[in-house]
Amino acid sequence: MRLVVRAAEALGADRLIPITRAHVDSCLYHGEATVDFAERLIEGGAQVTVPTTLNVGALDLLHPELWQGDPRAAERGRLLMSHYRSLGCQPTYTCAPYQLAAARPAFGEQVAWAESNAIVFCNSVLGARTERYGDFTDIACAITGRVPDAGLHRTDARRALLVVRLGKDVPAALLDDGAFYPVLGIVLGRRAGSRVAAIDGLPPGLSEERLKAIGAAAASSGAVAMFHAVGSTPEAPTLAAALKDGGPDEVVEIGMGELRAARDELTASAGGAPVGTPIGAVSLGTPHASLAELRAVERELAGASPTGGVELLVSTGRGLLSEAEEEGLAGRLRALGVELLVDTCSYIAPVLRSSPLPVMTDSGKWAFYAPGNIGVEVVFGSLRECVRSAVEGRVWRDDAPWGSA
Amino acid sequence: MAGRCPVGVGVKGRVLADGVASGLALRLDEPLSFWGGVDPGTGQIIDVRHPQRGMSVTGRVLVMPSVRGSSSSSSVLAETVRAGCAPAAILLGEPDLILAVGAAVAEELYGSRLPVLHLPLADLAGIPEGATVAIGHGGEVTLRSPV
Repeated sequence: MRLVVRAAEALGADRLIPITRAHVDSCLYHGEATVDFAERLIEGGAQVTVPTTLNVGALDLLHPELWQGDPRAAERGRLLMSHYRSLGCQPTYTCAPYQLAAARPAFGEQVAWAESNAIVFCNSVLGARTERYGDFTDIACAITGRVPDAGLHRTDARRALLVVRLGKDVPAALLDDGAFYPVLGIVLGRRAGSRVAAIDGLPPGLSEERLKAIGAAAASSGAVAMFHAVGSTPEAPTLAAALKDGGPDEVVEIGMGELRAARDELTASAGGAPVGTPIGAVSLGTPHASLAELRAVERELAGASPTGGVELLVSTGRGLLSEAEEEGLAGRLRALGVELLVDTCSYIAPVLRSSPLPVMTDSGKWAFYAPGNIGVEVVFGSLRECVRSAVEGRVWRDDAPWGSA
Repeated sequence: MAGRCPVGVGVKGRVLADGVASGLALRLDEPLSFWGGVDPGTGQIIDVRHPQRGMSVTGRVLVMPSVRGSSSSSSVLAETVRAGCAPAAILLGEPDLILAVGAAVAEELYGSRLPVLHLPLADLAGIPEGATVAIGHGGEVTLRSPV
């Protein structure tokens, strides 16, 4: 409770309000301080008081043989994951709890979610309400069942202050390209910082996968906790609704120059990884792949397998994996040579086979963090480009929608 | 020196985590996420896209006009404290719960105080890179020497 009150003070709230559920990120090992904190809670007899899902941990508990790192780090990571189960949390171990029917909050529900991509999805796509909770605060809120009455829990803070318009030079074909959405998210994060933005000019009814990609990238390049996609997200049927009939502080236009530059920057590779560059691996599923994304991988493979030596790894949640097992999808993917990773992510856990060659990804977030976290070179492309590249063993691109600079 | 924080004169920050500290200012004009951006075991900036990659945050007064990124940064900040690689203090241009909580937990677990303050951007702009900055109880920020 002391932590929740401190949080309330930091946020300037004058009261606490009840929550219905929580999503906790503290179960990922970041050193002994994280274990010390969990043990302090356990010694105090703490238990969560609302249904609480867990974010990814340090390793895949269902496929521990994938771990290629220091066995002691795996042991500490596993211990921390089990400590959070002892506190009463559900062992979901996914960064995409919104893909689990039982964990999805309803519109307007007050919750305490951690994990930057889950926070932005919760606020933006579900219309449920959470502030940007982080490690330690998340479990403190889950134990007390209370959050400060501040920030995005309150209607006034959910209004868009920034309007992002797509430039006239953005071709309609680009809006059908999977790589467009994470790139837009990267640009959004840079432009918005921590402000709520409304994006105007996107096709209505965007899929949850595309909205997820925008949010995850925006929460990597900025501190975005909520955005409105006019015509797609529930608090923005119109631009006026997103603005709650007020005026924006700023209107910006995003043109092809800025989008192309952001796309190119996501590729962090010495030679810039032109078409034909050999790759060592492909990593998909950051945030955790949905069933639709797993099906898209199968569709793009079209019966082919990754070329010899190239690893094609897809991260997902154990809950979704069991659904994919039931419908036979997981078995078919494995038979084609796809590795399925659960409970963790390939930029946290040492699971990719060691290779000096770059890793290709369709995730703006993975491209953003992997070079620092696991020291790999990264090539960014759409899911289609990634899967084709895995099959060919070298970078394959469909540059047409991006035009030329 | 121009700006609102001439040598020897203090400005007052809003306290997100209280404490007393001093150190050389390290200005991070590009936002930095502790998670994925700082190695807690060495204090080094590891974000490959950050212009100050390779520099150490240990013992420095971090001046961060804006923040970004992951909700795991609380843990990483607390771990820098445990590992003895923490910054001396963090001065923010916008309030950030995630770093404030990292400092609060480090204090609970290890009794070590790392002040985190929120200051107006104009005051932050008056703190030059490399200046000696002292932070007193209650959010008092004093520049001890010019560059």
